[in-house]
Amino acid sequence: MLRYVGGRILASIPVLLGVATIVFFMMRVLPGDPAKLMMYETGASAEEIEVLRSQLGLDDPLYIQYFDYLKSIVRGDLGQSFYTKQSVVTMLAEQLPATIQLAVASMAISTIVGVSLGVLSAIRRGSKIDTVSMIVAFAGISLPSFWLGLMLMFVFSLKLGILPAVGTDGLRYLILPAITLGFGGAAIIARLVRSSMLDILGREYVVTARAKGVSESRVILKHVLRNAMIPTVTVLGLQFGYLLGGTVVIETVFARQGIGRMAIIAITGKDFNVIQGWALFIALIYIIVNLLVDISYAWLDPRVRYD
Amino acid sequence: MIKSSQSTDIEGPAADTKQRTTASLDTFIERPSRRASIWRQFQRHPGAMAGGCILLVLVFASVFANLIAPYEPSFQIRGATLQAPSFQHFFGTDQHGRDIFSRTLYGGRISLRIGLISVALAASFGTLLGALAGYYGNWVDAVIMRFIDMLLALPGILLALVIVAVLGPSVTNVMVAVGVSAVPAFSRVVRGSMLAAREEVYVDAARVIGCNDRSILGRHILPNIVSPIIVLATLNIATAIIIGASLSFLGVGVQPPTAEWGSMLSQGRDYLRGQWWIATFPGLAIFITVLSINLLGDGLREALDPRASHS
Repeated sequence: MLRYVGGRILASIPVLLGVATIVFFMMRVLPGDPAKLMMYETGASAEEIEVLRSQLGLDDPLYIQYFDYLKSIVRGDLGQSFYTKQSVVTMLAEQLPATIQLAVASMAISTIVGVSLGVLSAIRRGSKIDTVSMIVAFAGISLPSFWLGLMLMFVFSLKLGILPAVGTDGLRYLILPAITLGFGGAAIIARLVRSSMLDILGREYVVTARAKGVSESRVILKHVLRNAMIPTVTVLGLQFGYLLGGTVVIETVFARQGIGRMAIIAITGKDFNVIQGWALFIALIYIIVNLLVDISYAWLDPRVRYD
Repeated sequence: MIKSSQSTDIEGPAADTKQRTTASLDTFIERPSRRASIWRQFQRHPGAMAGGCILLVLVFASVFANLIAPYEPSFQIRGATLQAPSFQHFFGTDQHGRDIFSRTLYGGRISLRIGLISVALAASFGTLLGALAGYYGNWVDAVIMRFIDMLLALPGILLALVIVAVLGPSVTNVMVAVGVSAVPAFSRVVRGSMLAAREEVYVDAARVIGCNDRSILGRHILPNIVSPIIVLATLNIATAIIIGASLSFLGVGVQPPTAEWGSMLSQGRDYLRGQWWIATFPGLAIFITVLSINLLGDGLREALDPRASHS
């Protein structure tokens, strides 16, 4: 097991290096000079722009900039924001808790609602519950999250006044964003759990368990759902990636703090160091989550061994 | 010998004999063509039929927006700012006095174009990369798939965001960004199908009769693995429309005053308290479009790839 995890960690280093390289060259080679952009509003002269370029190390040859960049990544230094002069690592650390809060809450909603709807649909196949859950799930897949967010905000904040519309101050501020973000994921998980469960319900070991007199709830929870969770967990890992993407949109809709909103501000301002640092950080989180997903297979399915 | 007799493009006397046998069998047994059987399978899916019909209406409304829409998308009607939906303005007007119904119709042109072109881009490059990786294997596979892994490390909208951050906001750049972010999905699916297909007898047969790699890939394998590509492409158009609209909503995609659903929604956000219609109708348009494409895609999957849809 340890060997497997070690191997996976080693294998993710080239992927991270690749992401860093792709993002670095995209930022440098394609049009848009950061120095010019930074001085655009101040109306600085060409000499002043040159001085700034040299201060930022942008007049060095590209390969030197690249190796300097890699060296600083290894040291855990992602550079400074061109505008606020704050270290990117500090910025990420400040904004991360709010994003994690949102991602975890939405993931919990996706999983709880998705698995419950999926199980209900599968065990009551063909019933009204099944039809309604699957219609809801299909609609959930097709709803743009930013629109759903605005509509929930309109109803629950502006019309009913039950929940706050914007901000990050407490748990109440988390409810609408988490529901908005979690709904799409719940829809995908519900469809998947339903189809996996229907597949497993017909297996011989389920018939055997029932023949042995095992209670129906135990058959469903212990024999069917646990096995149906294997493909579901894979999707949960992938979903986490989409959740990270979703936080960018939802943090903007609800004007919440977080690394997603920080990234959007950096993108509109062409704050390259922040964009680079953010992209690398997101890739790192995504790789770690998928590693955890792979490891969790062994717990779900004892047949999976990693030696 | 057995292998070559199963090939689909044998030439010479053997081919004539095969054709005659098939023709004589067809006179006795009325065999449904593959296309007819797919169509019949598709018709059995009421959701897919509904999705297809709604989509047709939406495409028609967008293409002929200039004939249907009562106003030009950027025409500002004097003294008609922020008006609620009425018979005069079905979807109301925005803060500049523009007719939201007209803008929604014109907005469909851009969103559908983003969906179609970005997916065409992703399908072309993704299929090429996946086909090369799956067919040649070894180091070609390793290099291509590691590259795809790198793209996958920034999932969904995130890669599109990075690309659009570099390229700048415009309709073309949104298409490129959304297209590149969808490449990994196509590469993975095509590579998987290619790995299975290259072991098939008809590939050996094609090689035996002297076909080169290009011909085997393009003329023999690709037509056989096209079903999952079509299904994926259809479903990806829906995703591409949402990502494209999200980018515009975030202010890094299509810019105002261009009538685009995401950017219209973004402007409507500030007026949500009093003028709900500004944000509601463009969002509803995205929802209905995406829903109809997803329904269509689901039906196509069942018709073209029944095994995949059941598993």
